[in-house]
Amino acid sequence: MVNENLVKDVVKEPYKYGFVTDIETEKIEKGLNEDIIRLISQKKEEPKFLLDFRLKAFNKWQKMKEPNWAGLGYKKIDYQDIIYYSAPKQKEKISSLDEVDPKLLETFDKLGIPLTEQKKLTNVAVDAVFDSVSIATTFREELAEHGVIFCSISEAVKNHADLIEKYLGTVVPASDNYFAALNSAVFSDGSFVYIPKGVTCPMDLSSYFRINSGDSGQFERTLIIAEESSSVSYLEGCTAPMFDTNTLHAAVVELIALDDASIKYSTVQNWYAGDEEGIGGIFNFVTKRGKCLGKRSKISWSQVETGSAITWKYPSCFLLGEESVGEFYSVALTNNLQQADTGTKMIHIGPKTKSTIVSKGISAGNSKNSYRGLVKMGTKATGSRNYSQCDSMLIGDQASANTFPYIKSQQPNSEIEHEASTCRISEDQLFYLQSRGIEFEEAVSMMVSGFCRDVFNQLPLEFAAEADKLLALKLEGSVG
Amino acid sequence: MQSKMKEPDPILQVENLFASTDNLPILKGVSLTVYPGEIHAIMGRNGCGKSTLSKIIAGHPSYNITNGEIKFSGENINSLEPEERAQSGIFLGFQYPIEIPGVSNLEFLRVSTNARRKFLNKEELDTFDFEELVKEKLELVKMDHAFLSRSVNQGFSGGEKKRNEILQMALLEPKIAILDETDSGLDIDALRIVASGIKKISNSQTGIILITHYQRLLDEIEPNYVHVMADGQIIKTGESDLALELEKKGYEWTDNFIKET
Repeated sequence: MVNENLVKDVVKEPYKYGFVTDIETEKIEKGLNEDIIRLISQKKEEPKFLLDFRLKAFNKWQKMKEPNWAGLGYKKIDYQDIIYYSAPKQKEKISSLDEVDPKLLETFDKLGIPLTEQKKLTNVAVDAVFDSVSIATTFREELAEHGVIFCSISEAVKNHADLIEKYLGTVVPASDNYFAALNSAVFSDGSFVYIPKGVTCPMDLSSYFRINSGDSGQFERTLIIAEESSSVSYLEGCTAPMFDTNTLHAAVVELIALDDASIKYSTVQNWYAGDEEGIGGIFNFVTKRGKCLGKRSKISWSQVETGSAITWKYPSCFLLGEESVGEFYSVALTNNLQQADTGTKMIHIGPKTKSTIVSKGISAGNSKNSYRGLVKMGTKATGSRNYSQCDSMLIGDQASANTFPYIKSQQPNSEIEHEASTCRISEDQLFYLQSRGIEFEEAVSMMVSGFCRDVFNQLPLEFAAEADKLLALKLEGSVG
Repeated sequence: MQSKMKEPDPILQVENLFASTDNLPILKGVSLTVYPGEIHAIMGRNGCGKSTLSKIIAGHPSYNITNGEIKFSGENINSLEPEERAQSGIFLGFQYPIEIPGVSNLEFLRVSTNARRKFLNKEELDTFDFEELVKEKLELVKMDHAFLSRSVNQGFSGGEKKRNEILQMALLEPKIAILDETDSGLDIDALRIVASGIKKISNSQTGIILITHYQRLLDEIEPNYVHVMADGQIIKTGESDLALELEKKGYEWTDNFIKET
């Protein structure tokens, strides 16, 4: 049947986003110093407060040491050998999508993210980021009618400087960690979302990050603010071409939820993972954190991490507001020589705060997959509760899985519950499914998606289907 | 026994089969032929090779065939994958059905049924059409619809697992069904349900191999032939009264039989 063959073709293709768009780009010279930072800031026509923010961060970064506590194995990064700003050449001022270089539109078309008026996705507003700049944002007028601001962070700096100045760096301070400091110094673009008081965002918002250039890093910065009693669901997708060099991706994401506000942040990360020998691939070193500032506010992270040579990130929640809620649902799949060290931090500060952690790690090939998480109950977090469940699945006998849960409680009237399990896909399970006529590869992917069900149920519908397909594709040939 | 006007082609032929696992010989020259409409019972002590024989016919990867062959519809299937055997109509009812957490029973049954239908050039069923089909088959084994939304065999009682096996058999409509100790762990009521399910599914075109220790399943489903296995061989074949004889004599004599030969 035609349909069946199509599915097989898709599955056979190891990484279908590996192409490079041939486009004229404007790059600055390699290296990092104060002049480079001034140049980036100048190119983006930034106000002084932001330049100062960058320079201060750079100052701090220079005094910091690259961390190695996660025990990840990678070649030392030469920070002077990276290009910190790369943008496709475009007309100075673009007033509509029609003026965007057709090559760029075509690129996003190929990635399944059509941007033009005729073809754009109908239920999701998209901000498309190509290397260091945002190319286009769809549905802006429609969203504006509801008072929702959805644009690139560079635009927000120009048009909503007050909000940027008020919130940027308040969740992830520049001095937070080595890569956050680096990002704060050189960030180029990313998305900005502002949901006004009482507004439920009428559609899902989504950013699609595309790395195209091989020698430039991507340092995007995302800031989402949900005012009182507002809510938003935000999706993030990422891909990159196949290069045999490693590309650094050091992003910072900050979320702020005020009283009764809720933010749902979902990620499907499919950066290029390197080849079977571990050559090439993205270093995905990301700081993601949300602050539940308001009473009864809620921040929910869900992530499906399948790409990158190394993933190193812990989307976290600071639960300050009384009765605020933090959630973390994660599937991390590693194959070949991939390494993932991911998890979350749930910091309970306010009383009656609640958090849930569900993490599913799948390791195949020679990969390393670790869950690392911190649950902390502060002195005022009376009546607070946490539930954590961390499950690992091993495929083959060369992969490794680790769980590092850190629990700190300063509040006797709080509850922390932690469950963990490790399983292996057994020969008997495979034989059982096969003896019912189910093909080997399909049997594996059925079991893997069964294992991940709790997390997939948390993803927006269209994402869940994509995630399921993605896992099957990644596991192709990894068993037996 | 039914009379055979014209000798039809056999469904399954096991010819002088030798097999081992981890270099340990388990089967030592088994021969067995099953024609359409026949019911065979294989009896014997634990460890005599009954379950191994059934797993090898279904294609379990842990066993190596060292000599002899298995033919299904006249074709040698020694090197076929388990899924290819299942699709072409070989069914193994497991002694200990495997639990598969997170995979819904309904989805599992549907994917499996469609794999068989595809092989038969029948149209694959979407979720709605499959619901209809499965509802009808649930009746056969008196299973509640709620079983479908649970994970495959997870948290099922022993009897529920066995009924789930027969449900799968009903959906897959195999040409030959090998039922490995389907009666073990069943109470009398469950045994009757399972036995009547098997009888309703089988017909003059199907072959059935019942592997069992006990007479009580054979009271419900009368076999045409009874084979006694010991030490990886079939040492005696008879008609249904052989099972009654075994019930009286026990299996001790089979040990002596082996010693003598």
